[in-house]
Amino acid sequence: MNGLHLNDVLDRNRPAEPEALRRGAEELRLAIIDLIDGAGLGHYSSTFSIAELLTVLYRRTMRLKQGDPAWPDRDRFLLGKGHAAVGLWPLLAELDYFPADWLSDFGKLGAPLTDHPNMRTTPGVDFSSGSLGHNLSVGIGMALAARLQKRDYRTFVILGDGELHEGQVWEAAMAASHFKLGNLVAIVDANGSCATGSTSSVMNIEPVAGRFAAFGWAASDIDGHDIAAIIKAFDTLPDPGMSVPTCIVARTLKGKGVSFMEETPRKWHLGFLGSEDRARAPRRKSGKGSEHGGSGRRFFIHRGRG
Amino acid sequence: MGEAVDVFSFTAGEAEVDGGESIGAALAKLGDERPDIVVVAPDLSGAPIAAIFAARHPERVFDCGIAECNAMSVAAGLAASGYIPFVLQMGAFSALKCAEQIRTDMAYTQLPVRILSAWSGLTMAYFGTSHHAVEDIAITRAIAGLTVVAPSDPHSALALLRSTLDHPGPVFFRIASGDEPRLYKGIPSVARGQFLRLHEGRDATIIATGLAIHWAFAAASMLEGEGIQIGVLDAVYLKPLDEAAILEAAWETGRILTVEEHNVAGGLGTAVADVLARNGAGAKLSVHGLPDEHLLVARPAELHAHYGLTPEGIVEKIRTLLEAR
Repeated sequence: MNGLHLNDVLDRNRPAEPEALRRGAEELRLAIIDLIDGAGLGHYSSTFSIAELLTVLYRRTMRLKQGDPAWPDRDRFLLGKGHAAVGLWPLLAELDYFPADWLSDFGKLGAPLTDHPNMRTTPGVDFSSGSLGHNLSVGIGMALAARLQKRDYRTFVILGDGELHEGQVWEAAMAASHFKLGNLVAIVDANGSCATGSTSSVMNIEPVAGRFAAFGWAASDIDGHDIAAIIKAFDTLPDPGMSVPTCIVARTLKGKGVSFMEETPRKWHLGFLGSEDRARAPRRKSGKGSEHGGSGRRFFIHRGRG
Repeated sequence: MGEAVDVFSFTAGEAEVDGGESIGAALAKLGDERPDIVVVAPDLSGAPIAAIFAARHPERVFDCGIAECNAMSVAAGLAASGYIPFVLQMGAFSALKCAEQIRTDMAYTQLPVRILSAWSGLTMAYFGTSHHAVEDIAITRAIAGLTVVAPSDPHSALALLRSTLDHPGPVFFRIASGDEPRLYKGIPSVARGQFLRLHEGRDATIIATGLAIHWAFAAASMLEGEGIQIGVLDAVYLKPLDEAAILEAAWETGRILTVEEHNVAGGLGTAVADVLARNGAGAKLSVHGLPDEHLLVARPAELHAHYGLTPEGIVEKIRTLLEAR
């Protein structure tokens, strides 16, 4: 699918074109809809908010090896917000980490691909998750292991912004700078929404970057759907041998790309499109000059009724 | 002027055992042999169980400060990267506070983390209910894929440390102070899922764990003088549980007393009752431990006496059990 062969090393910051990555994120959203279609239930909107981030990480930024999910020098990826795992499966299949036909069994009894990631059933999952607040700590363990083994892999952890309510995140934030882990990158999916309301109306987390900075991290905000901004942030990460961990606060839209999910994102945190909506979707909008400056088609699914 | 209360120190693991080794020294020695062993601790890297290792291998010790849950998940991340982390935790805060990190990050993932849960039971009881560690057997036994062991003296601790070193999943060590008097003359040979037999007997069997095995053994010796033969089994493995030994005790002696420094709800006694009931073994069972209520706060020895967790208290329980029809 990506024109690569087994055991090809995929270097960091590969020359993937921004336009191809933007299209890749759109295709990922479509693949997610297909997967949830088969399963009958899934997390749409909080996966759509990280489609661009996942696409850039797996198709450009992270150092990986085609077909070898256990390669010791690979960059690690942890999905703290494990409910977005459905967005990982098409990307891991593309890397030949498991047979592509596993995708059709997603969510079925005993199937290896599950709603939350399980490292014991799915090659390419670097750690299991499902309980919010644990994976940044686990990432510290992996980053410490890299130091002990004198390896230069990076460990990336995507956290939800609601996940920042968990106290353990701040125990980990304190420890990461204390241990001088410049090989650790936290990405906060700041989609502004948790189960009850807007994230900060339920419990204020702002200023996110300011808080991480106060804990000793290099932290900054980007537009989490702007491919060029994501590329720039990832391409300019400090050398893993440096001593300050990096936090990228990605401002995103929960449900990005689907009009009715963007409008009522919490309704689509966990749901099922159903045959009527599914039959009308996807619809792609053509046009130039999208809001992020891309020149091609802009992916958008419109609600077909009401 | 009152007397200074000398009920607790961080000396756990300092006691010397055969060959001049303490638990701390043994851990350091394992660290010399195995570069894949690391130590993670929440503000406990200076405690004797960790300190010798820390002096010898400072680069492999990660003190996470007073953040127990973070320490557990950091250890899991190290284990997922090829290391065998020993996490030193205070008994009152390990299973109870970090149950979810143990379940989700170590057991569900089947990673080789070793939790050294020290100062368990009433070891720190003087400090209040917050420091009573009397729920950990119930919590840890309910976690699938977790091995639970309870050394009763430094020798059995060493045996369990070494014999579980290459077990692929997580292991929870329920340790009292770590420097209990010696019960075993040398390092006993332990097998996964098996109790250790300390005394033969035909009239009844005591199955006890941790500190309680010391009182049980003393009680059996006292009764022996009266011609009463009590078998004593040391439940060094709490999970997997030695079902065969429990059933054998039921069939051979017909009467079983369990003793533990743990809430009687969900502890060793509950586990033994479950085995007997599931197998239709008609033995008479008496469960002796701490009542399911908020315990008094005092020096451990005073509490042990109050709750009958003494050789004399156990003798009394045995007499009642022997009288039961």
